[in-house]
Amino acid sequence: MSQALATRQRGFSLAQYLICLRGITWREALRFVHQRERFLSALVRPLVWLFIFAAGFRQILGVSIIPPYETYVLYEVYVTPGLIAMIQLFNGMQSSLSMVYDREMGNMRMLLVSPFPRWFLLVSKLLASTAVSILQVYAFLLIAYFWGVQAPTQGYATVLPALVLVGLMLGALGMLLSSLIKQLENFAGVMNFVIFPMFFASSALYPLWLVQQSSPVVYDTCLLNPFTYGVELIRFALYAEVDWTSLAVVGVMTAIFLAGALIAYDPARGLLARRGGG
Amino acid sequence: MQTPMMLRLSLALLAICLAGDPARAFTAYVSNEKDNTISVVDLQEMKTIKSVPVGQRPRGIALTKDGQKILVCASDDDTIQVIDTGSLQITGELPSGPDPETFALSPSGDLLFISNENDNRVTVIDIADRKVVGEIPTGVEPEGVAVSPDGTTLVNTSETTNMAHFIDIARRKIVANVLVDPRPRFAMYKHDGSEVWVSSELGGTISVIDPASHKIKQKIRFAVQGLRSEAIQPIDIRFTPDDVTAFIALGPANRVAVVDAKTYAVKNYLLVGQRVWHLAFTPDAKYLLTTNGLSNDISVIDVSGPTVIKSIPVGRLPWGVVVSPK
Repeated sequence: MSQALATRQRGFSLAQYLICLRGITWREALRFVHQRERFLSALVRPLVWLFIFAAGFRQILGVSIIPPYETYVLYEVYVTPGLIAMIQLFNGMQSSLSMVYDREMGNMRMLLVSPFPRWFLLVSKLLASTAVSILQVYAFLLIAYFWGVQAPTQGYATVLPALVLVGLMLGALGMLLSSLIKQLENFAGVMNFVIFPMFFASSALYPLWLVQQSSPVVYDTCLLNPFTYGVELIRFALYAEVDWTSLAVVGVMTAIFLAGALIAYDPARGLLARRGGG
Repeated sequence: MQTPMMLRLSLALLAICLAGDPARAFTAYVSNEKDNTISVVDLQEMKTIKSVPVGQRPRGIALTKDGQKILVCASDDDTIQVIDTGSLQITGELPSGPDPETFALSPSGDLLFISNENDNRVTVIDIADRKVVGEIPTGVEPEGVAVSPDGTTLVNTSETTNMAHFIDIARRKIVANVLVDPRPRFAMYKHDGSEVWVSSELGGTISVIDPASHKIKQKIRFAVQGLRSEAIQPIDIRFTPDDVTAFIALGPANRVAVVDAKTYAVKNYLLVGQRVWHLAFTPDAKYLLTTNGLSNDISVIDVSGPTVIKSIPVGRLPWGVVVSPK
C-alpha cells in the first residue's frame, strides 16, 4: 500500500493542516507586502477620513454621552472604530476581489485541486485576509494615537478578538460575493452596491440616536445592517467592554456568510459549477 | 511552590486595587444655580448620591478649614448658608451683603471675603462670630477674590473696571490697581505666592501678575482648533500643589486648558461638558473636577494623564464645586 493512500485513509495530521494554512497566509502576506500601493491606500483611506473629514465635524458631538464612552468625546474619537471597520470592510472586499482575479488567472485552480478539504482552504484564505486586515488596523491605530485619538491601554489588546470576528464576517461576506461575480470588471459594481451602503448606513460615521432624529427609515436600515454591529463590537472592545448584542449578531452573520461561501464554492452544489468558473 | 507564588501574586494585585481606590474616596459638593440644590457626588462610585435643597441661586461654594461645614452663597436670598457636611442640614447663615456671588477664605480659615457685585465692594466676615468686620470699596462689579498664601493681601477683580485690585487686608485698603483685559472673572495665587493669575472672560486671556511689582509679566492666550476665538472665555484657574501645571476652565469652549505654569505654554485642551465654569482638585490632587453649566454635569479629570475619565450628571446649571476628604 502506498504511503499516499495510507495518509488519505487516516486523514491529514494537524501539522499538515498547519503547513497548508501557513502557505495560504504566506501567499496573502506576500501579495499584500508586494503591493505597496495597496498597503498605502489601505492606510490613507481611513486617515483621509480622520484628518480631513473628522476635522470638519470636530465640534459636532460632545452633546451627549453614549456607551461605551464615559465622558464627552471629539468626533475623531467617535469615528475611529467606524474607520477601523472600514479598513476591514475594504480588506474583506479586496481579498474577495483577489479571488475573482485568481479565478480568472487560473491560480485558484491550483489552490482548489489541493487534497485538503475545500472548507479548510476557504477558511484558511479567510483567516489570512483577516490577519492582513488586523495589521492594517494596528498601523492605523498607531498613527491615530499620535493624532491624539487614544483608547485605554488595555483596549488595544481587547480589541483584537473583535477585529478577528469582524474581519471574518466581512471576509466571509466578500467571499460569498466573489462567488457571484464572474468577471473582474463586475467588481466595481459590488463596491458601489455593497461597500458604500454598508458603510454609510451604519453607526460608523454618526451615532444612531443622531440618525434616528433625522430619519427613522435610515435608522431602521442601520439596525438591519450587520456592519453596524461590527462597528459597535469594535467600539466597545476598544474600551475593554463587550457589547453582547453586537457579538451575537456578528457571530451569527459570520456563520451565515461563511456557510453561504462554502456552499457557493462547493464543486458539487456550488454556484461556480453552474457558472463554469473555478 | 506554586501556591505561595499565586498567593503573592494575588496579594500584589489586591494591594494595587486597594492602593488605587481610596484616592477617589472623596465626596464632592456641587452648587446647582438653577435647581437651588447642592449635589453630593461620591467620587468612589462616580455617582450623584444626594441632592440637598438650599437657598435661591446657589453659586460660590467653599469648605471651612476643618472640613466640617460647607459655605454656599445663596445669591438671590442675599445670604451665605452654612451646611453641616455630616447631616447635610443647613445649620446657620452668615451675613453677606446683597447678591453674594463668590468668596474666598483666608489661609487661617477665620475670615471670609465676599464680592458684592451690585455694591462695588468686598465684605469681610468673621466666620466664628458670624459678623461683618469690614467693607472695602473696590471697582465696578467686583467678582473674583483671592487671598495671598501669607494672608496679607487680597486680590479682587472688577468686571466693568477691568482691573485687579490689590488690597492690604490689615488696613482694608487698595494698594495697587492692575489693568487687565476685559471682564476679569477670577484670580488665583500660586501656592508659593510668586504670581497671581487673572482670567479675562471677554479678553480671552490670562494675565500673569507679579504681586511684588504689580506688573503684568505675561499674557497667556488660547486657540482651540475649530473654535471661534469669542467662544474661548477663561474662567477658573487651578494650580497643581507643586505649581508646575495650571488648569484653566475655558467656559463655552467646553475645554479645560492645561498650561505649563513655568513657561506659560499651553500644552493641551481637554474636552469636558458644555460651558465649563469652576474647578476643584480632590485633596490628594490626583483628580480635578469641572462644573459644566449647560450640560448639567461635572467632568472628572485624571491629573496624571491628564485625561478626562468620566462625566457625572448633577443638577441644573452647576456653578461651583468643592471636594471633602470623606
